[in-house]
Amino acid sequence: MTNLLYSEIEEDLRGGVRRVLDDRCPWTGVLAGLEKDEPYDADLWRAVAVQLGCAGLPVPDERGGAGASWRETAVVMEELGRAVAPVPFLSSAVLATAALLAAGDAGADLLAELAAGEKIAVVAVPFSTAPKGPLGTSVRVEDGALTGAVTGVADGAAADVLLVPAPGGLYAVDAADARRTPVTSLDMTRRLCDIALAEAPARRVAEGEAAVRAALTAGAAMLASEQLGLADRCLESTVEYLKTRYQFGRPVGSYQGLKHRLADLWTAVAQARAVARYAAACLASGDPDTDVAVAIAQAHCSAVAVKAAEECVQMHGGIGFTWEHPAHLYLKRAKSSAIALGTPDRHRAALAGLVDLPPA
Amino acid sequence: MSSAPPDADDLRERVRSFLTDHDPSGMERLAFLRARFDAGLAWVHYPPGLGGLGAPRALQPVVDAEFAAAGAPRNDPERNGIGLGMAAPTILAYGTEEQKRRFLRPLWTGEEIWCQLFSEPGAGSDLAALGTRAVRDGDHWIVNGQKVWTSMAHEARWAILVTRTDPDVPKHRGMTYFICDMTAPGVEVRPLRQITGEAEFNEVFLTDVRIPDEHRLGEVGEGWRVATTTLMNERVAIGGNAVPREGGMIGVVARLWRDRPELRTPGLHDALLRLWVEAEAARLTGERLRQQLAAGAPGPEGSAAKLAFARLNQEISGLELELLGEDGLRYDDWTMRRPTEVDFTRRSPGYRYLRAKGNSIEGGTSEILRNIIAERVLGLPGEIRVDKDVAWKDLPK
Ligand SMILES: Cc1cc2nc3c(=O)[nH]c(=O)nc-3n(C[C@H](O)[C@H](O)[C@H](O)COP(=O)(O)OP(=O)(O)OC[C@H]3O[C@@H](n4cnc5c(N)ncnc54)[C@H](O)[C@@H]3O)c2cc1C
Repeated sequence: MTNLLYSEIEEDLRGGVRRVLDDRCPWTGVLAGLEKDEPYDADLWRAVAVQLGCAGLPVPDERGGAGASWRETAVVMEELGRAVAPVPFLSSAVLATAALLAAGDAGADLLAELAAGEKIAVVAVPFSTAPKGPLGTSVRVEDGALTGAVTGVADGAAADVLLVPAPGGLYAVDAADARRTPVTSLDMTRRLCDIALAEAPARRVAEGEAAVRAALTAGAAMLASEQLGLADRCLESTVEYLKTRYQFGRPVGSYQGLKHRLADLWTAVAQARAVARYAAACLASGDPDTDVAVAIAQAHCSAVAVKAAEECVQMHGGIGFTWEHPAHLYLKRAKSSAIALGTPDRHRAALAGLVDLPPA
Repeated sequence: MSSAPPDADDLRERVRSFLTDHDPSGMERLAFLRARFDAGLAWVHYPPGLGGLGAPRALQPVVDAEFAAAGAPRNDPERNGIGLGMAAPTILAYGTEEQKRRFLRPLWTGEEIWCQLFSEPGAGSDLAALGTRAVRDGDHWIVNGQKVWTSMAHEARWAILVTRTDPDVPKHRGMTYFICDMTAPGVEVRPLRQITGEAEFNEVFLTDVRIPDEHRLGEVGEGWRVATTTLMNERVAIGGNAVPREGGMIGVVARLWRDRPELRTPGLHDALLRLWVEAEAARLTGERLRQQLAAGAPGPEGSAAKLAFARLNQEISGLELELLGEDGLRYDDWTMRRPTEVDFTRRSPGYRYLRAKGNSIEGGTSEILRNIIAERVLGLPGEIRVDKDVAWKDLPK
C-alpha cells in the first residue's frame, strides 16, 4: 500500500518553509497586501522559490530541478495554505511546471528557468477549469501568432510567460505581448486576470492536450494539500481562541455545542490528510489510480477547507467577521479554491465515470 | 528472545516450515490452531510463549495470508470479537503470568468465547458510575448486581467484569476488575431483544457469584485504569480493519447501483457519490492510522475512525433502502433468534439499516467520542463535573 506518512526529509522541508513563512509572511502582511497594486509578494516568492529551492522540487536534476517529487511539493503546498501565502506557487511551480514536464524539448529551457525560480509562468485557462473539463478557450493560431481571450487566469498578472492552450497544442507567449486586465477577485491573495491576445507571437511547446491535462491533474492534486494546510490552520487557531475566550464565566471552548463541532472538524481534517497524501503519492509515482485519487482528494478537501474556514469565522464571533482578523483570508481562499480546478461536484461527476457509478 | 524481532521474510519462512510439519488437511482443526498458537504464529506481536514472536503488529497480515493460502482452518475471529479485541490485550497488559497462560490460548483458538460485563442500567456512557458490588470473602469475592447490553453473553465461557469494591470513595477510585466464569452459580443470562428482532445482547444478573481472587485483573481499586485499557482497544478494534476499496457497506450499494439501472435517480446518484468519497476517505484514514502505529507513532485517529465508521454505515444503509424503493419495504426475518455473530453482508438491507444504528452507541457513543477528541486531542476544557469529589454512594442516581 502507498505510504501515506511524511518522511523525515519531508518534515525537515516543512520546518524550513514554515520558518520562512513565519518570518516573512505574517497574516498582517498578507492583509496589508490585499490593497496593494502588486499582484503577489515578490520577496516572499524569491525566498520560497529560489532561496529554499522549492520551485524545482518535482523537476528531475537533469532537467534543472531539485530531483525530489510531488510528495515534497505537497508539503510545501500545505505550508503555503496555512499562511495563505500570496505567491504564484500553484500556478507556476505546479501547473506550468507539470505542463512542461509533460511537454517535449521545446519547453526545456523554460522548465529549467521555472525550476530555478527565475521566471514565473502560468497555464492560461480559467482557474475554475476541471482536469477533464472543457478548456473554455477561443484562442486561434495564425502564422505562429495567437489571437483570442482567456478569462479568470490565476496569477496571470504575476507571470513572465503564458502557456496558452490553442488548436494544435500548448503555446508559450511572452506575457508582455498580451493585454492583461486585473480582476477584482474573491481571493485577493491569488488574483485572477483576464487575458487578451492580438496576434501575439507564440512558440509551440507541446502538441495536443496532454500537457494541459497533466497540468490540471497535478494542480488539482497539489491544491488538495494546500486546502489541507489551510483547514488545519483554521482548526488550530479556532481551538486556541476558544480556550482563551470566556463567556458566562467559562471558556467558550468548554461548551459542548462547540466542542462537538470541532471534534467533527478534526475528524474531517484527519481524513483530508489521508486523501491528500494519497493523491500526492499517486501523482509522484504515476500510479494508475491517480485520476481517482485526485477526484477523491478534491471532492473531499475542498469541502473540508470551506467548512473549516466557515467554522473559524463563526466560532470567533464578531471579531471573526472583521477585516482586521485573518479569518476572512482563509474563508476567501477556501471558497475560491473549492471552485478552482473543478468544484467538488465536477470531481464527483468525473469519479462516476472512473469507478463505474453511472448517472441515472 | 534476545535476537532481533522477525521480519516479513522470517515470518513467511516460519509459516512454511510450520505447515510442512502440520498438514492442515490431515489434522484436527483445534489441534492445528493450538499448534499454531504454540509456534508463536497466532498474533505475532504478542510475546513468545503467548502465541506471538514479539514481531511488529503490521506483519500479522503476512502470516494470515500464508495460512489462508494453505487452506488452513481459521480461528473464526468474528465469533470472539470481544475476546480478541478487548479481553486479550487487557489480560496481556494487567494479567499475572498464570492468567496469561491459562486464558490466552483457548481465547485465541476460539475454544472459549468472551463477553464484556461493563454496562449497567444506571451506568452506560458514565461507566464509572457502575454499582455491581464485589465484597471480599477470604480468598474469594462475592458479586451482586445487574449488567445489561452484554453482547454474546449466551455464547460466552468467560467475561471481563468491572465492579464496585469501595462505595465510600469517588467513583473512579473504588472499582476492581475481574475475570468472571459465565458458568458459575448465580450467573443468569436473559436475552434482550433488539430493534432487528433477534437478541445479540443480554441482561446478566449476578447473584452471590463467587469469583476467586486469582481471577482479579489488576490491583483492588485499580479497575478504572484496567477498564480504560479495554475501552481504548475496543475503539481501535471497531472500524480499524484493513479493507480494500468498496470492501465495506459502500460496496454493497455500489453493486446494487450497477446491477439495477432502473432504480437510479439523479438525487441518489449525487448522494451515492458523496458517500463513496467519504467511504474512501475513511478507508485511507484507517490505512494511514495503521501505518502510524507500525511506524511507532500512534496518532489519536482511533476515536475518529470509529466515529466516521458509524456515521458512514448509517448513511449508506439508509441510502440503500431508499434506492431499493419498493423492495426496501420488506424485511427478512423478525423472529427472535440468538445469533452467534454480527454479519452485515449476509442479511437484508433492512437489517443493515437497523443494525447500523447500534454502531454509534456500542463501544462509546458518538457523543462521548466527540468529547474525547475535543478534550484529549484538541485540549479543550472538560465538562463541568458535579461528581468528581463525591463518594460514589452519595451520587444522585
Ligand atoms: C449493539 C450494542 C452492543 C453492546 N454491547 C455491549 C457489551 O457487550 N458489553 C457492555 O458492557 N455494553 C455493551 N453495550 C452498551 C453500550 O456500551 C452503551 O449502550 C453505551 O455506552 C451508552 O450507554 P447507555 O446506553 O447507558 O446510554 P447513556 O449513557 O444513558 O446515553 C444516552 C444519550 O446521552 C448521551 N450522553 C451521555 N453522556 C453524555 C455526555 N457527557 N455528553 C454528551 N452526551 C452524552 C449519549 O451519547 C446518548 O445519546 C452495547 C450497546 C449496543 C447498542
